[in-house]
Parts: sequence; C-alpha cells; structure tokens
Amino acid sequence: MFHNLLVLIHHDILITLRQAYSWLTPLLFFVLVVCLFPLALGPDTETLNKIAPGIIWVAALLAILMSLGNIFRNDVHEGYLDLILLSSTPLTLLVFCKVISHWITHCLPLILISPLLGVLLNLNNTEELTLITTLLLGTPVLCLLGAIGSALIVSVRTQGLLLPILIMPLYIPVLIFSTSAMMAASLHQPLSAYFAILGAIALFTLVFAPFLTSAALRIGVNQ
Amino acid sequence: MWHWLNQKFLAPKSFYANSAKLIPWIALAFALCFSYGLFAGLFIAPADYQQGDGFRIIYVHVPSAFTAMAIYFSMAVFAVFTLVFRVKVAAIGMSCSAKIGAWFTFLALITGSIWGKPMWGTWWIWDARLTSVLILLFLYFGFIALQSVIPNQQTRDRAGALMAIVGVINLPIIHYSVIWWNTLHQGPTLSKFAKPSIAPAMLYPLLAMIAAFLLFYALTLLLRMRNQILLREINSQWVAELIHE
Repeated sequence: MFHNLLVLIHHDILITLRQAYSWLTPLLFFVLVVCLFPLALGPDTETLNKIAPGIIWVAALLAILMSLGNIFRNDVHEGYLDLILLSSTPLTLLVFCKVISHWITHCLPLILISPLLGVLLNLNNTEELTLITTLLLGTPVLCLLGAIGSALIVSVRTQGLLLPILIMPLYIPVLIFSTSAMMAASLHQPLSAYFAILGAIALFTLVFAPFLTSAALRIGVNQ
Repeated sequence: MWHWLNQKFLAPKSFYANSAKLIPWIALAFALCFSYGLFAGLFIAPADYQQGDGFRIIYVHVPSAFTAMAIYFSMAVFAVFTLVFRVKVAAIGMSCSAKIGAWFTFLALITGSIWGKPMWGTWWIWDARLTSVLILLFLYFGFIALQSVIPNQQTRDRAGALMAIVGVINLPIIHYSVIWWNTLHQGPTLSKFAKPSIAPAMLYPLLAMIAAFLLFYALTLLLRMRNQILLREINSQWVAELIHE
C-alpha cells in the first residue's frame, strides 16, 4: 500500500514537472498579484507592512484556486481514472496522492518564494517565519478543500470561475486564522494558539476531505 | 417499513397527491401566525426604551435570518436522504430550498443594514453575525451555481447534495472563526449593542413571526416541489392522466 502511494505521488510529480507551464503559472500569478498592491496603494512602507499578511494570503489563496481547476481533469480525459476505478487501488488513496503531489508541485514553490515577497513588503524576521509557518499549515487545507469542488465539476465543460465561487467561502477560516497569526506576530504576541488552531483544521481536513473528494469524483465522472 | 414509507409518501406521485391536502393547512397556520405576529409586533408591543419604534424591524430581520439558517440545515438533511437513501423527492426539495434560502438570506442582510443605518449610523458594519450571514449567502450562491451548470439530472442532485453536506460541516467553523475574527478587531462595537433580554410582550410576536416565516418556507417549498415533480415526471403516465383531467 505504502509503495503504491509513493509510486503514484512520484508519477504525478514527474508529469507536472515536465509541463513547466502548469506549475509556473500559479507561481507567477502569485508574484504578480502581490506586486500589484504596492503599485495600487503607493509605496509607503508602513501601510504596506500593515496589510502585507492580507495581500500575501489572498494572493496565495487565489493562485492555489486557479491551479486546482484541473487537478483531476487530465486523469479523467485520458482514462487514467477509469483504470484506477477498475483496479484494486482505492480511489481515496489516489485522491490523497493527487492532492499531496499537487501540494508539492504547486504550493511548495509559493511557500519557497514567499519570504522574498515578504522582503518586498518589509516584513521582519518573526513575521517572515510566521508567514512560512501559516502557509505550511494552511495551504494543505486549501488544496484538500479545493479538490472536493474540483472533483465535483470535473466533467463540466465551461467551468469559468465556478470553482472559486464554490470553494472560496470554505477558505475563510484558514484565511482568518493565518492573517491573525501574522498580525499577532507583528505585535509580538504569543503565536502558539493560532498555530494550534491551524494545525487542528489541517488535520481535520486531512482526515475527512479525501473521502469526500473520492465520493465527489465518483459523482462528477458520471455525467 | 422503509418500502411502505417510500411507496406511500415519498414516491413523487403520492407526494404530489398528499402535499395537495397539506397545503391549505399550512397556508392557514401561516396566515394566523403572520397576522398575529405582524399586528402584535407593530402595534401591541411597546417601543424599545433605547431604539424607539425603530426596533420593530426585528420582526422581519430576526425571523428571516433564522429561517435562512434553518433552510441551509434542512438542505443538508435533504442531501443526506438524497445521497444515502436516494429519495427523489428529497433531491427536489433540496434544490428548491436553495433559492428560497438565498432570498431569505438576502432579506436578512437588507433588513439588517436598514436597521444598522439609524442605530449604528452606517449601512454596513463588519459585525460577526452580519458577516456570517453574508457568507451564508455566498454558500447558497455556490450551491445554485453548481446545480445550474451540471446538465445531467441525477449528477446534479448528487453533486448538490455533497456540496450541501460539505457546506454544513464548514458552516459552524466559518461562523466561529468570524466571531473570533471580529472580537479581535473591533470587540467594543458589539458589546455596546448587546441585546438586553427581551420582554415577553416583544418576544411572543417575534416567536409568532419566526413560526410564520418557517411556515411560509414550507408553503413555498411545497408549491415549488410540486411544480418540479410535474416537470421531472412529465413523461410518466400519471402526469399525462392529471393533465387530461
């Protein structure tokens, strides 16, 4: 079972890495959106520092939402999913691997580049560390929840902005706790409570979301 | 037992027949509650010592907010019946509820902001409860959008059901995170307007109005569901016979 898991993840990561377009565009989108804000709000460092958590988090959230649109799409179109459904590998396992590999290829680059954006927005060291920690705890939740919506509409031809409309309300708790953690960090308050709540949300989603996603995928494929 | 229940009440045909008998009673109960609640709320209940007659909008605002929440939970119950027991009528009830629920949520927001203007001095405040009702509206929109893009009837029902369940699991988390967020940013605004426990003369009309709104939901839901049943079963024998009568 564990071997299957690694093979699936490895396979997915390889496929994504060979299409640089698919993982580079969310990253560029993220950087561009963050850079738009100083241009729109003026270069005053104090204002930028104050709203930096919100900017970075909203941009990351949007970039991840964009990338999630086709997490299952190719597998369905190429018949890979049908093979998985026929094989003895449980669908939940496939979903789990897909989300993990999606997180590694699409979210990890965002997290790695976020300290750089933090520098652009004048974050100090504690704030940078908090930013990375909240992103590490929060982005898996975004991927797991987004996968549910993405699976539901996998066969819909004209998706447009349906996925963001469907999923964005569910992202609100993660957004709230992450940005509050960063605000607390800038006020030198203790942070463990925020991390504990984010971690709890992450674990809760990690347990339930793959089952819901595989149920959604079964529904979504049959249209 | 289950089979009997299914045959007797939950099959679209028998549901259509039975709901016709139910509708006049619901309409009557609604008319009684609504007329008592409206009259007592607007004329009998004393004016609030702080807000004057302005508080009377509570008789529309609170019932619509309560009903909006209740409809989302009823959608989740319908969703379970759709996914687990594959009851056709439940799926119809679920998708018909969504639009009614969205309208009640909209009504709650509008009356809330009309109430906020004289009391808080602004149309909108990022108050925890208003914000979570706004998010509820977005959840309704998401559900309606999802159902409107899926062409296949059965898939539409089941996808909607799954989405409703995911939404209802998340709703408490969202609600409490919003409350927490609000107290972090602007706690005092809320406690200034913390409700004093309500006097009985004000409370009974309010309860009557809540009952009236719930009955109104049941009434419109049944009417919409009957419509939808006819639409979905348009090719069946009994609908053809019904039309010929």
